Amino acid sequence: MDYTTIIGLEVHVQMQTKTKIFCGCSTKFNPDNPNVQTCPVCLGLPGSLPVMNRHAFDLAVKTAIAINCQIARFTKWDRKQYYYPDLPKGYQISQYDLPFSHDGWLEIVVNKETGEKKKIGIIRAHLEEDAGKNTHDETGRGHDSQVDLNRAGTPLLEIVSHPDLRSAQEAKEYLEELKLLLTYLEVSDCNMQEGSLRCDANVNVHIHRDGQKIATPLVEIKNLNSFRNVELAIEFEADRQYRQWQQDGKTFGQVNKETRGYDAVRNITVAQRSKEEAADYRYFPDPDLVPVTVEEAYLQNVIQSMVEFPAARRTRFIQQYQLSNYDAAVIIDQGVVFADFVEHVARICGDGKQACNWVTQDVLREMNDRKLTIEGFPIQPPVLGEILKRINEKKITIKSAREIFLNLLNSADPSTINVARIDQIIQEQGLSIVADSGQLETVIVAVLAKNQKAVADFKGGKPSAAGSLIGQVMRELKGADPATVRELLLKKLAE
Amino acid sequence: MSIIGATTGELLSRLERGELTSVELTTAYLDRIAQQDDRVAAFLTVNGDEALQQAADVDRRRQAKQPLGALAGIPVAVKDVLCTKGLKTTCASRMLANFIPPYDAHVVTQLRNADAILIGKTNMDEFAMGSTTETSAFKTTRNPWDLGRTAGGSSGGSAAAVAAGMSPLALGTDTGGSIRQPAGFCSVVGMKPTYGRVSRFGMVAYGSSLDQIGPFANDVNGAALLAQVIAGHDCRDSTSVNAPVPAYSQTVNQPLAGLRVGIAKEHFVEGLNPEVEQALRAALQVYKSLGAEIKEVSLPHTSYGVAVYYLIAPSEASSNLARYDGVHYGHRAAQFSNMIDMYATSRGEGFGSEVKRRIMLGTYALSAGYYDAYYLKALKVRRLIRQDYDKAFEQIDVLASPASPNPPSKIGEYSANPLAMYLEDIYTIGANLAGLPGISVPAGFTEAGLPVGLQLLAAPFEEEKLLRAARMYEQATQWQGKRATL
Ligand SMILES: [Zn+2]
Repeated sequence: MDYTTIIGLEVHVQMQTKTKIFCGCSTKFNPDNPNVQTCPVCLGLPGSLPVMNRHAFDLAVKTAIAINCQIARFTKWDRKQYYYPDLPKGYQISQYDLPFSHDGWLEIVVNKETGEKKKIGIIRAHLEEDAGKNTHDETGRGHDSQVDLNRAGTPLLEIVSHPDLRSAQEAKEYLEELKLLLTYLEVSDCNMQEGSLRCDANVNVHIHRDGQKIATPLVEIKNLNSFRNVELAIEFEADRQYRQWQQDGKTFGQVNKETRGYDAVRNITVAQRSKEEAADYRYFPDPDLVPVTVEEAYLQNVIQSMVEFPAARRTRFIQQYQLSNYDAAVIIDQGVVFADFVEHVARICGDGKQACNWVTQDVLREMNDRKLTIEGFPIQPPVLGEILKRINEKKITIKSAREIFLNLLNSADPSTINVARIDQIIQEQGLSIVADSGQLETVIVAVLAKNQKAVADFKGGKPSAAGSLIGQVMRELKGADPATVRELLLKKLAE
Repeated sequence: MSIIGATTGELLSRLERGELTSVELTTAYLDRIAQQDDRVAAFLTVNGDEALQQAADVDRRRQAKQPLGALAGIPVAVKDVLCTKGLKTTCASRMLANFIPPYDAHVVTQLRNADAILIGKTNMDEFAMGSTTETSAFKTTRNPWDLGRTAGGSSGGSAAAVAAGMSPLALGTDTGGSIRQPAGFCSVVGMKPTYGRVSRFGMVAYGSSLDQIGPFANDVNGAALLAQVIAGHDCRDSTSVNAPVPAYSQTVNQPLAGLRVGIAKEHFVEGLNPEVEQALRAALQVYKSLGAEIKEVSLPHTSYGVAVYYLIAPSEASSNLARYDGVHYGHRAAQFSNMIDMYATSRGEGFGSEVKRRIMLGTYALSAGYYDAYYLKALKVRRLIRQDYDKAFEQIDVLASPASPNPPSKIGEYSANPLAMYLEDIYTIGANLAGLPGISVPAGFTEAGLPVGLQLLAAPFEEEKLLRAARMYEQATQWQGKRATL
């Protein structure tokens, strides 16, 4: 079986604005109270008029810049006309021939170990209003369908990629990178369950046969409600198209584009009503909305106010903290709060590498074990940073630091977790590194005197005998630095 | 002096002097409606109880010497295409026969703020589509000057209400002449402001890029005052323009020195009724005698106006009326077999034939394969028409023409020939396509006693000049004082 899967994704993202795109209603996800977040405008009542929410436009521009799109200097709104009960005006306000942005790309990491990257082209990103939600009777008893318009008018950003993705895995990587970017920018929470990120995949395969490339007919897969399902659906669909081609030999262009839905329970794609001809949406410019012009100064302002994008931050972490591709990816992929956490700790303790190690190992492990979020983690950067700072200043050992970390984490009263408490624990447990060589020497002399046999073994050519001696010294002096102990002890033995 | 037929200015000063209360005045108009409207059919809803309450409230506040709005205590009739909170707004369609808006149109809010009395909702062509008020699903408004003839349209109810003395003021809407043409037919003053001068929020849309709301009155002063009350920026309509509103009612009586009145040579065409042409020539003589200069200008694309209008307006209408699908509000068929059938049957039952004709025209013009040849081409010609006017207004202050090529049509005259009706819009649609302000003032009568209107157009946002020019003519003629006898 020799074929390449060709995938393009259409992603719809609900933007996190407080109010809808053309009226003042709340965009809160509120499925339990249908039709409460509505007004004459989003209900499409006679005489109501839309007014553009400037904040939604700003957010959209910010996102488009982040996916390297060109921003149009003149953009307008169009009506996409079709009848459906969740569309109260009989048309959706969208953008047709002059979208506000076009021709960009998003870089994805195709190999986490090597950090190998690939640019996925973006055809366009445009703004539109979301429709409401229809609920159909699924009991088969012929009850009425119901419409909830709480969602109608929520700003949607549609991002259309080129067919540059070559595997289900790449498609998933693309979605994950896009989600990460959108959450970094605080554009969307990208919650697929609540429908704030929705994805359709255009899939076909190129079959390699006798040095020829044979393309199968294009299929659009809908109803993809998780990244995992996107992956599974594409894998299934590619294989199905290959088998279909073996049966009927139909190639691209011989059959109209087909729409299939993904059935997650059976892990198959199912043909939906095929469109005999492309639907005619009778797009035309919306006369109720004035076109938007974008000035250079405005764009510069948006660019200036941008946060660092995930991809750039990954590269910086690798360089600045001497991290591997893999470690940098682990941190960045956890999201902006996690990465900020790492950097905050690094700033306080003065050792980025140390901070990364601690957060990706100790913090992440405890987070997972205790089912905590980074925001809710009891030891926040000001405290963790101070613990690590004491390692760097050779005031405590790494082992002691872990003890303090766990001690704080297990505190019954989280309000007692502070910097003062760190030093209190060091004091109480005697974790302070003993730098006073006079005290150390006294203990070493005493230990050597008590262990004549081990001393003889060592001198008789058994270097491993030093180990138990060091251990005994360490037990006597809890805060001693093992390296210093070893050095002094060997010196004494050599005398 | 009679209340019925008095001008707005006269009524206001009598109210202010305490010779008359708003309750007395409102009662007089409500009585007039009760006596005459079964013959004229200007009103769809008479808002008697609320009107009297509003009037009593204004009287009480006037007595208490509290500050009052510019139209305090004056009845205003409102075209049934403008949303009124809690009061049925039908657009004269079965589709919205029982629709009660939960909000007021911006202009209705402005009326309330000015302490005007909302006396009732007036009849119109269904969804403002028509030039005779015969496409109303409920009744045909008759011309108060000749009950066998139409009052024009689509704001025929508002024009007839003022002409019949059933309200001193009224609001209408104008998409292709729907204020100016019925004003001319009914011998009252009607003005369409510049596109963007008045907020469209709460006006049920027909052709969104053409629609404007404007005043009807029995004199230019009344129109100036009502225009001043409704004009101004509204953040709920993105196409409403944020520019200060001049005090039209303060300046309207000042004549314009060196006024340049234009006439377009393309307006003297076959089909222009000789008596109407004569009235126009007489009006030009009046202006000449007032010291104005008469200049001939050219509007080369005039002959394309009707075609362009009947592509753009129906295209927008086909989209604007898509929301009436029987799902969320409005008429829903009692019987249907599935969702598509519910749409088709509800719309089939809810809309009248003229509305259906325009929805089909517009749907066709916007369809794939036809869009470029029809809609897009129409937009291009629209730009050329606008340029014609821009050029003309470099040489003139106002452009004079008839409001309509013929006197009021007989009831039923166009029922078999809608195209003939469309062609009657030749003088009015240019102002909508170019977004210009226009006014129609009474300009005499034909031998048969049918009213003729003089239309004046001006450059965008020159309403003040337009009103002053109209007032100069009104003051120099006797037509304003004439009232229809019923
Ligand atoms: Zn709303």
